[in-house]
Amino acid sequence: MDFLTEFPSLGKRDLRDLKKGIDGSFREWSRTYGDGIEAFFDPLYFFLVWLEKLLIATPWPLILIILAGLAYLGSRSWKLAAGSVISFLLIGYFGMWKDMMATISLISVATLICIAVGIPIGILMSRYDRVQSAVTPILDLMQTIPIFVYLLPVVMLLGIGRVPGLIAVCVYALPPIIRLTNLGIRLVDKEILEAADAFGSSYRQKLFEVQLPLALPNIFAGVNQTIMMALAMVVIASMIGVKGLGMPVLQAVQNQYLTLGLMNGLAIVALAIIFDRVSQRYGQRLQAHRFGKEHE
Amino acid sequence: MSEAKLKIKNLFKIFGSRGKSFISAVEQGMSKQELLDKHSHVLGLNNINLDIPEQRIQVIMGLSGSGKSTLIRHINRLIEPTSGEIYVDNENVLKMSQSELREFRRKKTSMVFQKFALLPHKTVSQNVAYGLTIQGVAEGEAKERSHKWIDSVGLAGFEERFPAQLSGGMQQRVGLARALATDAPILLMDEAFSALDPLIRTDMQNILLELQKELHKTIVFITHDLDEALRIGDNIAILRDGKVIQKGDPQDIIMNPADDYITDFIKDINRSKVIEVRSIMQKGTTKGSSLISSCSLEDALKKLNNEKDKQCNVVNEEGKKIGKVTLDAAINALLREKSVKRSEKYK
Repeated sequence: MDFLTEFPSLGKRDLRDLKKGIDGSFREWSRTYGDGIEAFFDPLYFFLVWLEKLLIATPWPLILIILAGLAYLGSRSWKLAAGSVISFLLIGYFGMWKDMMATISLISVATLICIAVGIPIGILMSRYDRVQSAVTPILDLMQTIPIFVYLLPVVMLLGIGRVPGLIAVCVYALPPIIRLTNLGIRLVDKEILEAADAFGSSYRQKLFEVQLPLALPNIFAGVNQTIMMALAMVVIASMIGVKGLGMPVLQAVQNQYLTLGLMNGLAIVALAIIFDRVSQRYGQRLQAHRFGKEHE
Repeated sequence: MSEAKLKIKNLFKIFGSRGKSFISAVEQGMSKQELLDKHSHVLGLNNINLDIPEQRIQVIMGLSGSGKSTLIRHINRLIEPTSGEIYVDNENVLKMSQSELREFRRKKTSMVFQKFALLPHKTVSQNVAYGLTIQGVAEGEAKERSHKWIDSVGLAGFEERFPAQLSGGMQQRVGLARALATDAPILLMDEAFSALDPLIRTDMQNILLELQKELHKTIVFITHDLDEALRIGDNIAILRDGKVIQKGDPQDIIMNPADDYITDFIKDINRSKVIEVRSIMQKGTTKGSSLISSCSLEDALKKLNNEKDKQCNVVNEEGKKIGKVTLDAAINALLREKSVKRSEKYK
């Protein structure tokens, strides 16, 4: 009867040895190659630091002008541009300017990395079904695995600081842009692709002239999602030493500073709303041609 | 008649993973239904043999599911055949490498689609220039060359619009201009006008026929509409269940339908408008006045009736007498063959 009630498991001792063994060899591996891997990410580190310093060193009125300009160019809406400027003014007035600049630099670099890595992977997935079936479970894993589980090996390997934080953010924020690039390309009208083939397009011509432009609204929805998920990771990234708006939130949680937590939390929300609205409007404008305004 | 531009020989297409293994069974008479029921493979094309003459309009007609769209896609190899040969200018299309095929599609063929298949993110002008840009023609030259075609399909002034801003008929004009802009000698039209409403369809047919008078392209035109086929086609091939059941001169198909299926197909046409006097011409000459050989019976009847002996001469385009036609023959031609009993249909 014991056999039925007790699940046949690996003995306690064996299990402990197994875990110890893997832990030990990973530790050893990270000691041996850690420096090399860190050196590999150095350019990223310098870029991140450089951008953060640049944003902080830039006079704040200039930042506001650039912000208003970008928001208007993206959304073509004065309201949105004005709203963005007011939010930034308030955040700065309440003493969170530097933290905000640090967060913006992290988000920007993370988004750029995700675009640079994610779009090519998405293109490959759309072209080869095999790649799609191999990559999809990895993306599922990246999105569902508890963040701390992969935070641990990253910290063991690279210590704490900006770069491991950035990697953690990217792991979490990468899947949507890959998925939506793949989906967007696969959703392109078969008849249009047939027409491209019938006129003798090469794969490259078809990709750049037809598939990517028509998938752009979807790809852009992916970029939007990536930005949002990167922002959502700001607080967790601060646990491994990433400066920015997440850090005060973490302090607030540890010390029960209600106001500090609320202010920084709301600042993150404000950033998220600005990025979201501007990028969404921009994405909508990309497909303006689909709605024949003058045709009735 | 000029030599065949396009030759299709023993072409089979069986959709499914093991299509090749069923060819001999199909050749020995396995039906489409049997193939589907027993082996879950779909018979697309069944031993197609067709010679398409140069500079003529070849219509391929059939109801939906008859394989006509599959057939036209074999000509530029958008669909790979299961077996068979396709020659264009005596070159086997199926032997071409990928790069040769691309070159062939760029220079030799162009295509017009039922649902237009325009690029929604490009303007009319960019759409028409699309085939040229694919060939690597410089932007300025491509634009210039495409404007000529935009004018010729009557879309001048709409160059900078997007397709979504145009009506269906106008969109298909863009599709036609895009196909013509590459100067390819073969034009493939897949139910090109079927999605348009009747008046606009007639309009587009006129545009095509007008352009064809100058361009003399080899056109393969797919349709399910008999009136359209008779109006446009120099030759017609009728497809059913992936098989050509009759091909030839439209007049010939109306006067001598090959089987009950075709008889049924043509039973609703207006025979007095479609049948030409050359189809009922007899040997000999008469004293009376003359009718041109392509004159329809509708126009001929009155003239015939006015003649004392109810007979007219038939002359060709150069005015040379080639035979005569009688009122009796004309009236007989107007009579429909006895309609087939419903139950015996298509057996």
